[in-house]
Amino acid sequence: MDAPAPESVSPPGRERCATGIQGLDDILGGGIPRGNMILVSGSVGTGKTTLTLEFLVRGAERGERSLFLSVTEASDKLIQNLSTFEFFRADLVTSGALVFVDVPVIYDRLGLDREEMTAEDVDLLVLTIQGLVTELGAKRVVLDSLTSVCYRIRKEERIRDFMLKLSQALSAVDCTTLLVSEVAQSPGRLSLYGVEEAIVDGVILLGNTRRQGDIIRVLQVIKMRGTSHSRAQYVIELTPIGMLMAPHLKGGHQEGG
Amino acid sequence: MGGADLGERLRTLTGGAAVALRLDPRQYADQYFNVLSATLRDVGIETGAHTIYVSVTNPASLVWSLAEALDVPRDRVSFVDAISHIMMNYRNPLPNASYVESPRMLEDIMLRVEYLLRRTAAPHATVVVDSVNSLAIHNPPDLLSEFFHILLNNLKSRQVLAVVLDVSDDAASPLDQMLSLIVDETIDVGRGARS
Repeated sequence: MDAPAPESVSPPGRERCATGIQGLDDILGGGIPRGNMILVSGSVGTGKTTLTLEFLVRGAERGERSLFLSVTEASDKLIQNLSTFEFFRADLVTSGALVFVDVPVIYDRLGLDREEMTAEDVDLLVLTIQGLVTELGAKRVVLDSLTSVCYRIRKEERIRDFMLKLSQALSAVDCTTLLVSEVAQSPGRLSLYGVEEAIVDGVILLGNTRRQGDIIRVLQVIKMRGTSHSRAQYVIELTPIGMLMAPHLKGGHQEGG
Repeated sequence: MGGADLGERLRTLTGGAAVALRLDPRQYADQYFNVLSATLRDVGIETGAHTIYVSVTNPASLVWSLAEALDVPRDRVSFVDAISHIMMNYRNPLPNASYVESPRMLEDIMLRVEYLLRRTAAPHATVVVDSVNSLAIHNPPDLLSEFFHILLNNLKSRQVLAVVLDVSDDAASPLDQMLSLIVDETIDVGRGARS
C-alpha cells in the first residue's frame, strides 16, 4: 500500500495557512506555509476553482480576509454557484470578509486594453493587486486564472517577471496565494507556458485518471517549499460540505518510471 | 442464531470494532433478515447509532423496504448504493441514499461513507458493508484487500463499528482468509460461533 501519510515531520518555524480542507491539510502537515504562492493546476472540470473557493471561505471563517480575483467568470455567477455549497456563508461576502473582484474591471480602469501587455502594464497590474491586498488587509488571495492573465502577457520573460513581482509583493504582507493554472490533460504538464511551476513555491495538481474505463478525479501535491508533504495521489470528491479526499487505491499495482 | 441474539452480541462490541458476519448461502434469506434486524434495529435504534449501509448485493431500495418492515425510522439509516447505477436501476432514488456509479469505484464508496459520517449528528455510527462477495465480483483481490484495510482502519480510528457481510460456507476460501486478516472477529451467523 502507498503511504498516504506525510513523509516526515515538518520542519518547525513556518507558520501554516490551513486550507480548511481536512485531507489536504493532513498531507501538508497542517497547511500551506504562510506567504507561499501556489499553483493549482489541472485540466477543465477537475475542481480547481472549487478548491480555491473553499480555501478562501475557510480562511474568511477564521477571520482572515480573503480575496478572489476572477479573470474568466463574473463574480456574481461565481457567488451563485458557490451558494450551492453548504460550506459557503453569504454573510462572509456581505461583511467584506470574502471579497470578489473582476480582473477585467481592473484592466478597464487601468486602461490595459492592448492585446499584449507591455512590461509597464505588467508592473502596473502587480502594483494594483498589491495595493488592493494591502488596502483590504487580505491574507488569502486566489487568481483564477493565471493562465488567462498569461494569455495577455504572452512573453515568457514577462510572465516570469509578473509572477516574481507578485510573489514578492504578496509574500511581504504574509499573504498566501493560489494561482489557478489551466492545462490540457497531458502527462507531466503543469502550466501553459512551462515557466509558471518553476517560480511558485508549490504545485497542487488536479486531474482525472482511469481504472477499468471509469474516470477517477485525483489530487497530488507535486511541490511545496517550506514543508515536507505526501507525494501520494488522492481521490477527491466535491461534496456540499466541501472537498473530501481518500487514498487512491493501487491494489499492489505500481506504475513504472 | 436469531436476530435478537445476534443483535445482543453486536451490542457487546466496543466502538471501533470490525466484525465479519458469515452467512450460510443455503440459509441466506433467513439469516440475512436476522442480520438486518440485528444491525439496523438492535444496534442502530436501541443504541442511538446512525447506520450507514453500503449496499452492493441489492439496491438500497430493496434493503430499505426490508428495513421498513422492521420499523426502522428513515432518519436512522443512510445508504451508499453502489449497485443501482450499474444495474441501470436508478429511476427512483431514495432520499436517504447516496449513489456510487459502480462497485469498482471503491474510493467513491470510502468518500461517501466519510461524507455521511460527517453529516450525522448521532453520537455513534455503524457502517455495514453488504457484502465482501459482491465487491469481489467487480474488483481484483489486491484492490479489495487494500480497500478494506484502509476503510476499516479509518473507521476504527473514529470509533465506528464496522460490520462486513460475508456469504460463504468455506472459511478457508481466499476471500474469507483475506477478511479474517482485516476484521477483529468473525461471527458465524448460522452457528453462532466466533472465530
